Amino acid sequence: MSDQSYVRTEMLGEKPPPSSQVGVVKWVMENLFSSIPNAIMTIVSVWVVYYILSGILPWAFQSSWNATSLHGCRAYIAETYGEGVEGACWAVINERWQQLLFGFYPKELYWRPVVTLVLMFVAISPVLFTSVPRKIMLFSVIYPFLAFWLLWGGSIWLPIVAFLGLVIAFLAIVYLPAIVGSLFATIGAGLLPILFWIVIAGPIIDGLNGIAPIGIEGVDSDQMGGFMISIIIGVSGIALSLPIGILLALGRQSPLFIVKTICVGFIEFIRGVPLITLLFVASVLLNYFLPPGTNFDLILRVIIMVTFFAAAYMAEVIRGGLAALPKGQYEAADALGLDYWKATRLIIMPQALKISIPNIVSNFIGLFKDTTLVSIIGLLDPMGLARAIPADQNWNGIVWEIYVFIALLFWIFTFSMSRYSMYLERKLATGH
Amino acid sequence: MVTEIEREIDRSKMQVSDEVAIQITNMNKWYGAFHVLKDINLTVNRGERIVVCGPSGSGKSTLIRCINRLEVHQEGSIIVDGTELSSDLKNIDKIRSEVGMCFQHFNLFPHLTILENCTLAPIWVRNVPKKEAEETAMHFLEKVKIPEQADKYPGQLSGGQQQRVAIARSLCMKPRIMLFDEPTSALDPEMISEVLDTMIELAEEGMTMIVVTHEMGFARKVANRVIFMDAGQIVEENEPEQFFTNPQSERTQLFLSQILGH
Repeated sequence: MSDQSYVRTEMLGEKPPPSSQVGVVKWVMENLFSSIPNAIMTIVSVWVVYYILSGILPWAFQSSWNATSLHGCRAYIAETYGEGVEGACWAVINERWQQLLFGFYPKELYWRPVVTLVLMFVAISPVLFTSVPRKIMLFSVIYPFLAFWLLWGGSIWLPIVAFLGLVIAFLAIVYLPAIVGSLFATIGAGLLPILFWIVIAGPIIDGLNGIAPIGIEGVDSDQMGGFMISIIIGVSGIALSLPIGILLALGRQSPLFIVKTICVGFIEFIRGVPLITLLFVASVLLNYFLPPGTNFDLILRVIIMVTFFAAAYMAEVIRGGLAALPKGQYEAADALGLDYWKATRLIIMPQALKISIPNIVSNFIGLFKDTTLVSIIGLLDPMGLARAIPADQNWNGIVWEIYVFIALLFWIFTFSMSRYSMYLERKLATGH
Repeated sequence: MVTEIEREIDRSKMQVSDEVAIQITNMNKWYGAFHVLKDINLTVNRGERIVVCGPSGSGKSTLIRCINRLEVHQEGSIIVDGTELSSDLKNIDKIRSEVGMCFQHFNLFPHLTILENCTLAPIWVRNVPKKEAEETAMHFLEKVKIPEQADKYPGQLSGGQQQRVAIARSLCMKPRIMLFDEPTSALDPEMISEVLDTMIELAEEGMTMIVVTHEMGFARKVANRVIFMDAGQIVEENEPEQFFTNPQSERTQLFLSQILGH
């Protein structure tokens, strides 16, 4: 047996791997030509990509940027690239890009939506990134009112007094529980600001306007349009639907029968009807329900409906996240003496939301793109303009260029959202 | 199910006082139509270390979960530290913050670090300042011998370490009573003893403990009373020495022969 025993006396050093195992060669072999079927697929795919690009690229680049009409474009392309060349007429974008972005917003006031957009990124930064100083959160709270004032203009007192309603709700949450108990404090925090807005706010604003009429030039909703309107509706819908969706999801699981029934009823009804019907309700029917004489802005009405619609879906997405949490998490929170709201806020929601991130973000993306439906009720969002611009005699017959431009705008926003969601998932991964 | 406990146990502080910590009288509980707990009577004095054992489905977990109202009983009364458990939320929150609980599956909060797991309840339930809560947490993490893991997440720890964190997390609330619901059942054999060690140390400091476990070595050495349950009832209750050497009921004898036999 002794001739079978073996003892290593010398340890082997490391050798470089063979050339087929490193660098480009390895990557190509592994990813493109790892087997005969794969090699065939690679060749076919390359051919398909070539075929598509060979059609699109000449069209996109043999194009005209400076012309005042479709005819001008065609003449320029024929002259430069030869007779019979099909080229894009980007001149329409060159001439109308401001309209596609801002609608009929007064040209000299373009700075207002631009400032609003820039400030929006400041306002959402502390929500998106934990490294941003927390104090900016305060600005995030004020931002919606500031944004409203910048976009619609008018008296400064309207947003300030509206903001006071929020302050009232906050004070109610902080100070009322000690006086009337937490249940009534919560109800009070919901009702007091509404009462304030409906009953007291109007006279106060009128009074303040009488004393100190400070304001900027007003812009009507029907002057707004273009991508701006998509962002206004999309961002408001996103920002409002998440908290409402969370409350609906919690309400749906509530042991309180009435709360539960209302939440289930709301979710099932809203999810059961197409968004477009809700938009028609916003544009036509809602006026019948409101007191006569109230002029409730169409964009605000649409925002409310889009928010309801998105919130119902959001509630179901979050319910999925809640259902995925092990029961032990609820029990551990209970056993430590945390009450329902603290357990929900500190233990349950952070985990449920984390599980739901991919779904939440795809809902946001869907909502953002669904805002294009508002063109059907007559708002001039980019899709509405895409139909309006060719009605101009000069641009009669133009189709692709405008849609390509709109698609690009939407893609930039939705792609950033999807990248952010991946970043967030990576950041929140805690190895379990 | 017998992990040998080799260390000597310091019994100087393990004293049972006359003060009643938990009093359960004629308690009954049903799951729908199923009668899970039948007429339970149990008095636990301060400083007692009670081991509850029995076959699965006998209601032992349900019993201790009733004590901090993770389960609701339908008849009879449970009085913890002089406060009766009723549907009054204030009483429930008060009792829960006095009674610590460790679970079979640890139930640490995976989105928080070990330190945050330990400081969360003191900060939000007891309004302890963050710095003080962190000091307390580090004190107890040192006690369960894992202070170096404080900044990791639960998912990065082994099962035994997670259970010790769970114990530290409960201790941070400075509870007067600790409930253990099969704390070692989900652990690999080599990790069981590290968790049992932590529990023994706790017992040595005079903590009132109710432990649902199959670890008979722990019961024999640490408990001052062993309760055997079957079919939702307390079948036998005795000092460990008597319980293991001279079980009275047939059901207990059968159970012990099965659990100790191999």
